[in-house]
Amino acid sequence: MAGPSSPALDSFAAAVAADGLVAVEGGRTHWEIGGLCPAETRLVRAPAGVRSFDPAEMTVRVGAGTLVEELDAALAEAGQRANLPVAANATVGGVLAVGRDGLHALGRGRLRDALLEAVYASDEGRLVKAGGPTVKNVSGFDLCRLLVGSLGTLGLVGEVVLRTWPRPAAGIWMAGQCAPRELRRRLYWPSSILWDGRTSWVHLEGHEPDVEAEASLARSLGCETVDGPPPLPDFRVPAGALDAQAPDARKPRGRFVVQVGTGTAYVSAPGPAPDPDPAVVVLHRRLKAQFDPRGRLNPGRDPLAAA
Amino acid sequence: MRFPRAKEHDPLVADLKRALAPDRVRSAPLERSIMSRDASIFEGGRAGPVCFPLSTEEVQRCVQTAGRHGRAVVPRGAGTGLAGGAVPLEAPVVVVTTKMNRLLSVDADRRMAWVQPGMINLDLSRAVAAHGLHFAPDPSSQQVCSLGGNVGTNAGGPHCLAHGVTSAHVLAVEVVLMSGEAVVLGDPRGFAPGLDLRGAYVGSEGMLGVTTAVAVRLTPNPPTVQTLLLAFDSVDAAAQTVSAVVADGIVPAAIEMMDNNIIRAVEEFVGAGFPTEAAAVVIAEVDGLPGGVAAEAGRVAELAAARGASVRWAADEQERALLWKGRKSAFGAIARIKPDYYLHDTVVPRTRLAEIMNRVYEIVEDHGLLVMNVFHAGDGNLHPMLLFDRREPGVMARVHAAGAAIIEASLAVGGVLSGEHGIGIEKRDFMPQMFSEDDLDAQARLRRAFDPDEMANPGKVLPLGASCAEVNALGQAPEGVWG
Repeated sequence: MAGPSSPALDSFAAAVAADGLVAVEGGRTHWEIGGLCPAETRLVRAPAGVRSFDPAEMTVRVGAGTLVEELDAALAEAGQRANLPVAANATVGGVLAVGRDGLHALGRGRLRDALLEAVYASDEGRLVKAGGPTVKNVSGFDLCRLLVGSLGTLGLVGEVVLRTWPRPAAGIWMAGQCAPRELRRRLYWPSSILWDGRTSWVHLEGHEPDVEAEASLARSLGCETVDGPPPLPDFRVPAGALDAQAPDARKPRGRFVVQVGTGTAYVSAPGPAPDPDPAVVVLHRRLKAQFDPRGRLNPGRDPLAAA
Repeated sequence: MRFPRAKEHDPLVADLKRALAPDRVRSAPLERSIMSRDASIFEGGRAGPVCFPLSTEEVQRCVQTAGRHGRAVVPRGAGTGLAGGAVPLEAPVVVVTTKMNRLLSVDADRRMAWVQPGMINLDLSRAVAAHGLHFAPDPSSQQVCSLGGNVGTNAGGPHCLAHGVTSAHVLAVEVVLMSGEAVVLGDPRGFAPGLDLRGAYVGSEGMLGVTTAVAVRLTPNPPTVQTLLLAFDSVDAAAQTVSAVVADGIVPAAIEMMDNNIIRAVEEFVGAGFPTEAAAVVIAEVDGLPGGVAAEAGRVAELAAARGASVRWAADEQERALLWKGRKSAFGAIARIKPDYYLHDTVVPRTRLAEIMNRVYEIVEDHGLLVMNVFHAGDGNLHPMLLFDRREPGVMARVHAAGAAIIEASLAVGGVLSGEHGIGIEKRDFMPQMFSEDDLDAQARLRRAFDPDEMANPGKVLPLGASCAEVNALGQAPEGVWG
């Protein structure tokens, strides 16, 4: 069949096709993650705007250059949301390229599962479709998962289809000095549990009577209602880095917040990252060589180094 | 003779026996014949030596030995696949993981477990039930299908509507690459820096390597479950109700639909109490905390009643189990009607369900076949089941023509080729109807990054020509593959 196309996508692909090093620019909220592009890198922007949204289908097709806040507002009108972290200036494509889960991944699911279809410009400026527009699809290899968190090093995403979800009626943040393990054990489906070594934060959401019942359970464990979650330190590391048995020389210093259930911790001063398995490094190198043999796309960025 | 007895001193077989154990490498015609098929209707596969490793190290030795002899490797779990993904072509070494079926560890606090690939899907949920946990993907074959196979096909099931298919429940996989190296993709705690190699691997149908262990995410059992049986006078009204539920902002745990033909077959078979006069029934299940369950089940009942349904609320766990038994017995039930069936698997946008159902009935009638529909309506995942008797002359051509027309109709309304069975051999040659040459080329690149010589399960998923090397390696699918 013919490939995906629209005037905006076609001109995006043409911009990528031109010679030289090229990177896609979003809201620059995580611009330095995984390394900086050389100064001579040409910057392109992905198309912006919601292309189609059928609330009854619970999927949305949106330009990767769209602000997440703008997408969120459009979906909110129909009582829905996408499972993307909402932050000022962040773009849909940028959030997916960086691949950081939202704070609510424990309950709402991982960011990597939010993406149903992506249309990206390849290193040769060809438009390539990965995945498909339906909520369930196993047609061929799952390139979408590979694109999330790839920092635009395999292809520059121009447009995506995301799954949407109902926005729950009630939501509440609570915090207290109880063990995160206890909160996870006792509460049925908290959307978030965070822990900084002393205090646990928990977010509850859903139908009002359920949130009330779960909140009173959390109160019995020592939690009180608070305005919101703690600010997250800048650097993301595997939660295992904080384990008692992790080598001291590699331990992060300073403040940390563990995001329970995602294997992730945010730290203010990461220790030196452990060396990845050489076989994993080889697979990264081979994927880059297959998808961007000339090294044009987001040069200088390395997903393995994205702390 | 398709399966000649292996030569007394086949050096490949001798090497494999040295690498494993003499009794765990089989090369007799009967065993190779059994391993040449899966649960699909495809014939014409040809297995080479069949290996039953017990450990990751043994899988590595199988792969290395096959490599030294220049032979491809086909990983195989329980063989319940429906797309021919495990059907070996051109006599590769078949690596069967059924003897690697142990639960390796459970971490109930972190809600994860390491399992071997041969473990049966339902056995995992049974093994962790004492912790109040289960493995969410529940294919209809869950009593017999293996978790390694679930990873290979990115398997689904009725309860994947709210919680996602297998990929969302796999934290990490240990894989033996075709180089013989073992590598862990992903991280059992949930975050591995770098590209999501885990995500790229799940659903790759054995074409990137052999799965030797899986770190699965476990899901807490819901405190409250309400199951409803909705009976309708027309398929249209049932399909419209499903769309209306989704449009109302409800994501039920499961929402399954069965048409009259299958209702009657199941009812005779298990007596689940389905109304045999109904044109269609919908089984809707809502789970979670009691407030949400009451509100959402009530709303589902309202939306159904507004479209003329009679609504039956499962009163207790026993009644709920009976309804699900009815749903999951569908495939056993139809064996009493026709000896053969071809189960299709496409997905359409959920708002187009009513329209596509009508189209399926038209197509089947045009081809003079019998169809039963039992499917995951909530995510638009159709499963038209074409019933036939392969002894009837010319029937296979009609079965395949009707299947092709159903695929075409699904794609025409914005659907996709497969929701949970995978592409395998079955839909390989339909891939160009959904993907452009550039799209397919990108998939072939992913494959080559993992398996540069294309020695893992060659001839599947990607149509010949999606990658130049493959054309040379495989030539054409053997005659008779389309059975």
